[in-house]
Amino acid sequence: MITFIIKGIFRDKHRSLFPVIIVAIGVMLTVFLHCYITGFMGNMVDTNARFSTGHVKIMSRAYAENADQIPIDLALIGVDELISNLKIEFPDMIWVKRIRFGGLLDVPDEKSETKAQGAAMGLAVDLLSEKSTEIERLNIAKALIQGSLPKKRGEILISDELFSKLDLKIGDSVTLLSSTMYGSMTLQNFVVSGTIVFGVAAMDRGAMIVDITDAQAALDMTDAAGEILGYFANDIYDDEKASKLAQIFNKKFSDEHNRFSPVMQKLRDQNELASMLDYVSVMIGIFISVFVLVMSMVLWNAGLIGGLRRFGEIGVRLAIGEDKGHLYRLMIVESIFVGLIGSVFGTIIGLGFSYILQTKGLDVGEYMKDATLMMPNVLRANITTPAYFIGFIPGLIATVLGTALSGIGIYKRQTAQLFKELEV
Amino acid sequence: MRNVLNIKIILFLSITFAYAQYPSGKSILEKIDQNMSSTNRIVTSKMIIHGSRNIRTIESRSWVQGTDKSFTEYLSPVREKGTKMLKLEDNLWMYSPSTDRTIQISGHMLRQSVMGSDLSYEDMLEDPKMENNYDAEVLSEETIDERSCWVLLLTAKNADVAYQTRKIWVDQERYVPLKEELFAKSGKLLKRLTLSNITEIEGRWFPFEMTFKDMLKTGEGTKFVIKEIQFDKNIPAYLFSKAALRK
Repeated sequence: MITFIIKGIFRDKHRSLFPVIIVAIGVMLTVFLHCYITGFMGNMVDTNARFSTGHVKIMSRAYAENADQIPIDLALIGVDELISNLKIEFPDMIWVKRIRFGGLLDVPDEKSETKAQGAAMGLAVDLLSEKSTEIERLNIAKALIQGSLPKKRGEILISDELFSKLDLKIGDSVTLLSSTMYGSMTLQNFVVSGTIVFGVAAMDRGAMIVDITDAQAALDMTDAAGEILGYFANDIYDDEKASKLAQIFNKKFSDEHNRFSPVMQKLRDQNELASMLDYVSVMIGIFISVFVLVMSMVLWNAGLIGGLRRFGEIGVRLAIGEDKGHLYRLMIVESIFVGLIGSVFGTIIGLGFSYILQTKGLDVGEYMKDATLMMPNVLRANITTPAYFIGFIPGLIATVLGTALSGIGIYKRQTAQLFKELEV
Repeated sequence: MRNVLNIKIILFLSITFAYAQYPSGKSILEKIDQNMSSTNRIVTSKMIIHGSRNIRTIESRSWVQGTDKSFTEYLSPVREKGTKMLKLEDNLWMYSPSTDRTIQISGHMLRQSVMGSDLSYEDMLEDPKMENNYDAEVLSEETIDERSCWVLLLTAKNADVAYQTRKIWVDQERYVPLKEELFAKSGKLLKRLTLSNITEIEGRWFPFEMTFKDMLKTGEGTKFVIKEIQFDKNIPAYLFSKAALRK
């Protein structure tokens, strides 16, 4: 019987071509959208984790409340002891200290007076110690455009855009003008050893990468850091593990009555990522539901048209004694095959487009110039395992539902009228 | 009916008489300026900054001429020692000995905190005459620390002053403010200032301790203590030049 149905589908193209095309287009869109959103969100989460949030982040309670203002006056003090404790309590994690700070980079003229100035967004990480994992984590070596990585204290990297804006040369001296942890104005000279482009607009506008020891000296932050970031050893974010970790840490180390006591937040709870990820999940759900509904209506219509075209065939089959229920069920089975064929084609085409977007990427850097979100300039799709089957869900549901609705007409045919109808 | 009319007349006359007892706001401001303002002044001071985490003391010496010119050298702590600041009108330069750099700082910084204190650069580096900047109205009389005070409401004459309205409590005898509340244009209270240790020096009364509390900051305020002050001295012109920063 199944062979009969499949032969029918392939031989009678009028019966199957339109539904297959419709299903294939819908499935293609679903698969492509899924891969695009997965890739986009994955890249965004990864960029945030590397540059800003870690998989978990420890700040002082007061700092956490105003984290978007980067309040270094509320930074953690006694970070070396805290990191030692963290290494004992959570040995599977990698802990790094970071300082984010704002300031002005001032370029001197021959009289040591101001020649040019530009706003810089400072990120202090461990650049110089032998065990540092930060250069790899932040892809600094790959991001290097000119010059070399800092080799000794007092050397910094700045964004290529800021470097050009300030008309600098590699090896030039610049002065950082910023505020210390205690609010005093501070000046510190640095030598520009290289320039970088991360491909993240929020960083590439005016990033300044400085060794953490230099930043601590410049900002009067001895044994202090704005943030301690924790990363899982396999470098993959696990929300459940991160939640447990934060719960254990906060129970043991955090005191809600002391605004300077440390508090741990997981990645999802920072930079409004949780609401963004939830929003995307809801949007995907809505898209698939709308797709199923619209496709069902289209395929219902297609089924009605097909039913009209197959009016005679169905009439003959009923006239020669085929049971209405049997006929209805066969049409449903037939629609499952149509759905499967359409879904296979749609998935293949959707994966093809996704693969192109995954490898080539879509450069939206032009539109991201003023973005403050940590997101990459090049959007890429990401083909994950669910992409191979996610399209089959709406593809099959829509075709079966459409056929089920249009097939109801079979039950409305009156046996007594059949021969009269067939004479026509 | 006649009694009621009499009472009204008595009330009217007594209120009018009471207001007539208040000196004009303008005359009070003039007397305050005679005490608080000068052609120039040289001040050695220390700021005790009660931050939310610690207490810091910063000592400095300033040469101030009106609202346009000032030069400050920080004397301690070690981290700040030798740092110098020059203000000429709305331009501000900073010199740091550790970098041997003179850096021009944006004019908007003048209203920012000095070294994390509750004072702005304008608060510290300017000596404005109140009469030039504000219209004054006497509101009432109150007593502060057993001193009778006029309570004045000052309204800015132009928009470019940092505090659009001020409420000040002025010692009726010495004509020195003992307390001030400084407001933004929106009416928001920005700072509260208490002035104490009023001492007579060079024929004028002057507060040697001022406690500033920036209401928008945490912490317990900044005490500005004057260790030494000289008025109307001959300040060499070169001091108000960028060359003086590197000397």
